[in-house]
Amino acid sequence: MFKTQRTFKKLACAIGVTAILAGMPVIAQAWEPVKPVEFVVMAGKGGGADKAVRLIQSIIASENMAPVPFTPVNKPGGSGAEALVHLQGKKGDNHTIMFTLNSFYTTPLRQPGLGVDIATFTPIARMAEDTFLLWVNTDRKDINNVADFVKAAKAKGNKWIMAGTGKNSEDNLLTDFLNSAYDLDMKYVPYKGGGKVAKELAGNNADSTVNNPSEQLGFYEAGNTKALAAFTPERLPLFPDAPTFKELGKDFVYFMQRTVVGAPGMSNEAAQYYTELFTKVFNSDKWQGYRTKKSLQGDLLTGDALMSYWKKERDIHETMLKNMGAL
Amino acid sequence: MLETIGLLGNGFLIVFEPQNLMLIIGGCALGLFIGAMPGLGSVNGVAILLPLTFLVPPTGAIIFLAAIYYGAMYGGAISSIMLGIPGASTAVATTFDGRPLAKQGMADKALTAAAVASFVGGTISVVLFTFFAPPLAHVALVFGAPEEFALMMLAFATFVGLGGDDLFKTIFSISIGLVLSAVGFDIISGEPRLVLWDITGFLHGVNFLILAIGVYGIGEMIWTVEEHSLGGGKSMLSDANVTVKRTLSNLRELASKWKSIVMGSFLGYFVGILPAAGATPGSLMAYGIAKQISKEPEKFGHGAVEGVCAPEAANNAASTGSMLPMLTLGIPGSPTTAILLGGMVIWGLEPGPRLFVDHSDFVWGLIASLYAANIFAVLINVAFIPVFIKILKTPFTILAPIIFILCLIGGYAPTQSMHDVWLMVIFGIAAYFMRKLDYPLAPAVLAIVLGPLAEPALRQSLIISDGSFAIFFNRTYAGPISVVAILLLFLPLFKMVYVKLRNRQAA
Repeated sequence: MFKTQRTFKKLACAIGVTAILAGMPVIAQAWEPVKPVEFVVMAGKGGGADKAVRLIQSIIASENMAPVPFTPVNKPGGSGAEALVHLQGKKGDNHTIMFTLNSFYTTPLRQPGLGVDIATFTPIARMAEDTFLLWVNTDRKDINNVADFVKAAKAKGNKWIMAGTGKNSEDNLLTDFLNSAYDLDMKYVPYKGGGKVAKELAGNNADSTVNNPSEQLGFYEAGNTKALAAFTPERLPLFPDAPTFKELGKDFVYFMQRTVVGAPGMSNEAAQYYTELFTKVFNSDKWQGYRTKKSLQGDLLTGDALMSYWKKERDIHETMLKNMGAL
Repeated sequence: MLETIGLLGNGFLIVFEPQNLMLIIGGCALGLFIGAMPGLGSVNGVAILLPLTFLVPPTGAIIFLAAIYYGAMYGGAISSIMLGIPGASTAVATTFDGRPLAKQGMADKALTAAAVASFVGGTISVVLFTFFAPPLAHVALVFGAPEEFALMMLAFATFVGLGGDDLFKTIFSISIGLVLSAVGFDIISGEPRLVLWDITGFLHGVNFLILAIGVYGIGEMIWTVEEHSLGGGKSMLSDANVTVKRTLSNLRELASKWKSIVMGSFLGYFVGILPAAGATPGSLMAYGIAKQISKEPEKFGHGAVEGVCAPEAANNAASTGSMLPMLTLGIPGSPTTAILLGGMVIWGLEPGPRLFVDHSDFVWGLIASLYAANIFAVLINVAFIPVFIKILKTPFTILAPIIFILCLIGGYAPTQSMHDVWLMVIFGIAAYFMRKLDYPLAPAVLAIVLGPLAEPALRQSLIISDGSFAIFFNRTYAGPISVVAILLLFLPLFKMVYVKLRNRQAA
């Protein structure tokens, strides 16, 4: 009896809502995912991108933002090549999204054989831009600013070790910039993952690094490492004493995007749904807190604005890769 | 010292809160199950449950996940022994002798050995963790690429002679493993390599578990099916039994193997704290050393109890050890701790040297929970041994298809790609033929585990030193390790010469 009543009420409500909706011009029924969403990570488990994805997954689940779970799937192969090919193959799929880094630009440029065109992918939301700083160990009492750093690195010439993540990676681009801007000959040694790189510096197995703040934060807070300068347009609130390279007369700014992208040919309704969802995630206290703590920059960017940002960044990376002879 | 005990006491107060106690017991049981499922190791278990941990406070969350990690170390041994399929990469070394023991009708002996050794390994390592964390964190910090390579050489050296007598077949097997480990993306050149026929699945490389399940799961099963249908070499799985008398005699035999267990515990712990090494190389090295120090090395591979208890003590000790770099350096000592690090981000904690000071409740709650998890895991495990033995009495015709399905799921789970499943089946068939032709398979599995760790370390070191091998000898830690590795490498040769000389004198 009660059940019938409740059903009747629901029905009445539904009719009412339909009546209101019918009065409006074409607004299709809002699209919602009907099965678990595959959340591809372009990097391995435990890295910076993976941590961000697991945080987002937890925010969506704990605040009941979506009717289905978001399942992270790591596809680190080929510096993101595997993930890109996977997403490309999911053309028209409304239940596959991916969390990207800058290898989103560089990998298709360096491996044209993959046939991946990022302009066909569906832009959803740029959640942040990670920053880069120049770091040395605090044991180096003689190095307190970039001028000291240049002097010390010059003196050691090719024996100066700069640790970074993989050849032709973001760290490698920054090292090349420093080498040419200050006429240095630092040796670039590739390691697997930013955490490992940070540890090599703290353990004095490398002379300098260009880590993200999130990777170096633990050692920085413990007084093991110090930041000399930032590759950002403005000084970072977390590191007020580190000047920007711009201030030092080298007009060089570099960021790592943390962006959610959808499969190519995703329906407009689905793209709309994910954009709204990730806008909500972006504005949540937890994500904002994470941004502050990890010194992340970059506003929320969606839709066409995000697509034109990608195209601009891709061109910049093409020029950089050409300059370092990687293309 | 007193301060440490005080802090540990606080940790125990946290652990004995009813909710945390339940999380530990639940986590251990769940971990045991996850570990026992082929292919579904602690990495997957922790990754799946991580986002749900916002339901409890951070300390409860890490205690729960650590208990899963811990339980999985116990569980991994179960399928290694009973089915011959490593439940997790950390339990591969356990199959080498655990499986032969089970086939000889002594599964109960192998399971008891695994449980007890795991308990001892876990306990020794957590005590070491409690009292010597800071100095060891320092060692982990200064351990660079040359030290890592020296350590990997040591691991290879301990395995010389593992493949039996035919040196060339052993080298062939190691080479196959090394080539497979090189497939995928090379971070040092920044280029993909050995991507056969441009199949994108090869871009993520050949997962170690794919080879291990292929070789030990599918390959072993084809072998057993043949034995069955030919009627010869009937396996005596069902002879295992659990009686008080048998258990007591098992324990007595185990007590006489205490040296291997203690060696495995210390070795596992030290290898575990080194970043990026983790429990798998630790347990393989423990197996190799147990064989080297054994009075009856010829029994290894045919059911030596030390071959089960040394790696099992080591993998539990290593799982505790790998928490150290995770907490103090913010870098993972194993794939599972990499996920736990992600958890710390969700809980708003910053791993690093300050963690012990800023979040002492969290750290000491975790350490105390490891003591408790150890006790619960061994109790649950021992309680279930009779049940496992019952499962072994299932007729082979029913068990075989189930194992086959478990293998396929295990191959699919880590990467969720069918490419890996096909690869695994191909490895299984290849392993069957290699075994027919008397090629040892363990060296290939060892090579695919150690290859990806050794190769970048070697190349990084040589980039740093401009190609000079002196870098492996003139550093504080790398030097002695390299020397020991070289001595171990030539040990079989020395032995051979010694025996020849003695025989000549006798003649």
